[in-house]
Amino acid sequence: MSAVMQQTTAPEKPEYWRWQENTWVDETMNWRDAKIVTCGIDVGSVSSQAVLVCDGKLYGYNSMRTGSNSPDSARNALQGVMDKCGMKLEDIHYVVGTGYGRVNVPFSHKAITEIACHARGANYMGGNKVRTILDMGGQDCKAIHCDEKGKVTNFLMNDKCAAGTGRGMEVISDLMQIPIAELGARSFDVDEEPPAVSSVCVVFAKSEALGLLKAGWTKNKVVASYCQAMAERVVSLMERIGVEKEFFITGGIAKNPGVVKRIEKIIGIEALKTEYDSQIAGALGAALFGYTLVQKGQAKQG
Amino acid sequence: MIANYGYKDGSGDYYISIDTDKCIECGANRACLTACPKGMFEIMTDDYDDEVAWIKAQFRKSLKYDCADCKPAAGYSSLPCTTACTPGAVKHSW
Repeated sequence: MSAVMQQTTAPEKPEYWRWQENTWVDETMNWRDAKIVTCGIDVGSVSSQAVLVCDGKLYGYNSMRTGSNSPDSARNALQGVMDKCGMKLEDIHYVVGTGYGRVNVPFSHKAITEIACHARGANYMGGNKVRTILDMGGQDCKAIHCDEKGKVTNFLMNDKCAAGTGRGMEVISDLMQIPIAELGARSFDVDEEPPAVSSVCVVFAKSEALGLLKAGWTKNKVVASYCQAMAERVVSLMERIGVEKEFFITGGIAKNPGVVKRIEKIIGIEALKTEYDSQIAGALGAALFGYTLVQKGQAKQG
Repeated sequence: MIANYGYKDGSGDYYISIDTDKCIECGANRACLTACPKGMFEIMTDDYDDEVAWIKAQFRKSLKYDCADCKPAAGYSSLPCTTACTPGAVKHSW
């Protein structure tokens, strides 16, 4: 008699945190007609974006998850949008890198900080009235003040703590087993608004959330509590630089109404709406900086 | 531009702010570079091509501890960096 070992594989675990990657080009435009084509590459800690700008106008973008290697993430992000419109790298006049991996974009001509790029991008997306910008990124949170040209006048960043960042939301999404895109809507499906979870740390917020579930809270109520904590957290950061009307939110969490509406309620100001993907603001700003630099270069050459 | 370097954690806000408009034409001959015992300041070219001071990246997440030796509890009545910066560009949040 011989025992037969059956090899088993673990069932595939759904990835609730996985957000939608997307590529878009403006079909009403033809990049071949443009005099100046510039590109902005934002290699962030969680997501990477490539944005193409033709003669100062947004033409297309690709937004995807950052891999383990910044140069490859930059290449893949750009390739995604170039494939969609039949463009080649040599067709692009100027490339600006931004984000955490900005110095590792192998084909960039210049690197500019994400602070300046988000302000410039928000100025394009929300219009020149935008004064306060909140960028809720993958692993940091930035509060920025800018003038009518999108030039930064005041900023602060918090990248020491994951509370109030996209990564924190991904952790809660996985813990609650709710797809990340549904978290916002689910957070409003509660009988009464719960208080915020008390911990400002993602690790402890996770243990607190588990405790609340054990105490009989519904998943929606826990999510609502977490969204409220996140909103309170980022508002306290914004208050440091002062919040002015014409307020704009960039980054992935701008797509989560559960956090956005709670922020709006706390500060008493409604965030400006945009038709564009909030995650491309940094790369768009970088591409617009590139456009200005090419124009300046051409003006110098006469 | 007011540039805030630092962080907020469970124990408080720890930001050093630098008013770059006062910093561009420094009236103190870049005294912050030598005034800080830890050498936390350095001059860099910012995104708008201005030469201004900033806090070196390796100190930005530990200001509470790095600056502790210059605070009143350590015997200082005023901070060496803010005192040296006569144009008043440097400020601490705590």
